[in-house]
Amino acid sequence: MKRILVGIKRVVDYNVRIRVKPDGSGVITDGVKMSVNPFDEIALEEALRIKERGLAEEVIVATVGAADCQQQLRTALAMGADRALHVQADGVVEPLVAARALLKLIEREQPLLVILGKQAIDDDNGQTGQVLAALWNRPQATYASKIELNAGTARVTREVDAGLETLEVDLPAVITTDLRLNEPRYVKLPDIMKAKKKPLDTLTLSALGVEQRQQLKLVRFDPPLQRQKGIRVTDAAELLAALKSKGLL
Amino acid sequence: MSSRVLIVAEHEGAKLNPSTAKCVTCAQGIPGAQITIVVCAVDAAAVAAQAAQLSGVARVLCVENPANAHALAAVWAPQVLAIAAPFSHILGPSTTFGKDLMARIAGFLGAPQVSDIMAIESATRFRRPVYAGNALLTVESSGEGQLVGTVRTASFQAAAGGGAAPIEKAAVSVELPTHTRFVSVSAARSDRPDLQTARRVVSGGRALGSAEGFKILYRLADKLGAAVGASRAAVDAGYAPNEMQVGQTGKIIAPELYVAVGISGAIQHLTGIKDARTIVAINKDGEAPIFEVADIGLVGDLFQIIPEIERLL
Repeated sequence: MKRILVGIKRVVDYNVRIRVKPDGSGVITDGVKMSVNPFDEIALEEALRIKERGLAEEVIVATVGAADCQQQLRTALAMGADRALHVQADGVVEPLVAARALLKLIEREQPLLVILGKQAIDDDNGQTGQVLAALWNRPQATYASKIELNAGTARVTREVDAGLETLEVDLPAVITTDLRLNEPRYVKLPDIMKAKKKPLDTLTLSALGVEQRQQLKLVRFDPPLQRQKGIRVTDAAELLAALKSKGLL
Repeated sequence: MSSRVLIVAEHEGAKLNPSTAKCVTCAQGIPGAQITIVVCAVDAAAVAAQAAQLSGVARVLCVENPANAHALAAVWAPQVLAIAAPFSHILGPSTTFGKDLMARIAGFLGAPQVSDIMAIESATRFRRPVYAGNALLTVESSGEGQLVGTVRTASFQAAAGGGAAPIEKAAVSVELPTHTRFVSVSAARSDRPDLQTARRVVSGGRALGSAEGFKILYRLADKLGAAVGASRAAVDAGYAPNEMQVGQTGKIIAPELYVAVGISGAIQHLTGIKDARTIVAINKDGEAPIFEVADIGLVGDLFQIIPEIERLL
């Protein structure tokens, strides 16, 4: 069966104003809205569209994390994923551990394509897709803004610093998504009801033979430095005078 | 204790990308760092010569292969790996090139990667932004094994020139994958300074209203000798191409002067400019969040103000 595996992560919703805890141990997450990482939503949307075009038969969504990640898997099922896999893991899941777990799922499910977000908006690491592609020894096409599937290959347009780059990769491959790939659909209420009946399997890291190992200790979180309050000017001439006085013109 | 640092050079054919010189400065923050730059290329001579001039570099290694015509992570990663064994730290710039490549290298090594290093506190302790720059995280590695890092180039000055490091060819014979093939790149040709390294940047938001509206910014930029950037909203609306996007998911820049025109200042945008020395905001809405970070704010209609500035310059 032609399958697409989509990796998602539960993160603090992008609309939440992030505040660092006074003791520096993290950011405040109590009572804060949690969501599917927006880049992962784009990844899922793309997988669903590929399936709707008849180029894939099944979309599997997977996550590695604590029990409450199942909420986000249910959201993904409501969006249209066929089934979900939850690899239970407590504590900090580093990209290498997430990738090792996803590789085990790949070995079981044999997907044609794996799509992930280019980065999670909490830790902003931007590594899991590339690490997974390395472990799997398969192609990677990161920062995708367009994906075209052909027989055995994918043509991926990537948003790079220079502009837009197009690569051709043999399948199976890992693709990570950028913002402009698509606009994810809204979930409708009947879909949420339907999603409750879709299969969601729970696995554990140890059952998959993956060690939960943290290589980077999180020493301290600090709030960002604040810029000093600026001045207001009333017109273009004053603006230019202010710039000149700063030696900028 | 000394650290052996390998930096993967980013280059466009024969020209070393300025991000590499910033990686050198970052690497110099590692106590006792001995810095090697590796240049993967078809013919590395020109780029290697530029890398060798960077002050603080001990050695430049050339890895030449006809397959290196394009910077494909899948093709370059095994070549960097082939020479990586003696190094404690393997760094690259946090550009789309570096982010793509370095994490693949980290994956092959099974090594931890510190993304977007903004400060080095020791050989094992690093600071990096998380949550779109809304928090700064200090991380520490065990010091055992290798560490991969990408360098947030806006946080570091470029290393000076004047060096004369020896250049060596590295004999690398590894099988390279053919599963990833370059097709094309479309990059706008521009005579304006490069957005990532420009001293002055003029940036526009959705308030410009159209691609046509952006033209007044191009004129102002040309008068100032500035690069032109755009907010995500302006890029999404099709007013400016994606490579002009400034912000968390676009380019993170640190010019001397940043002029934000018709940009409200979403947090994702502010993340990309907070290292700018002076921020000027021009916006109709005096309550826009951009004014909270602006050094100089001007409330008013940009379509009147910009031509007026241009006239007065």
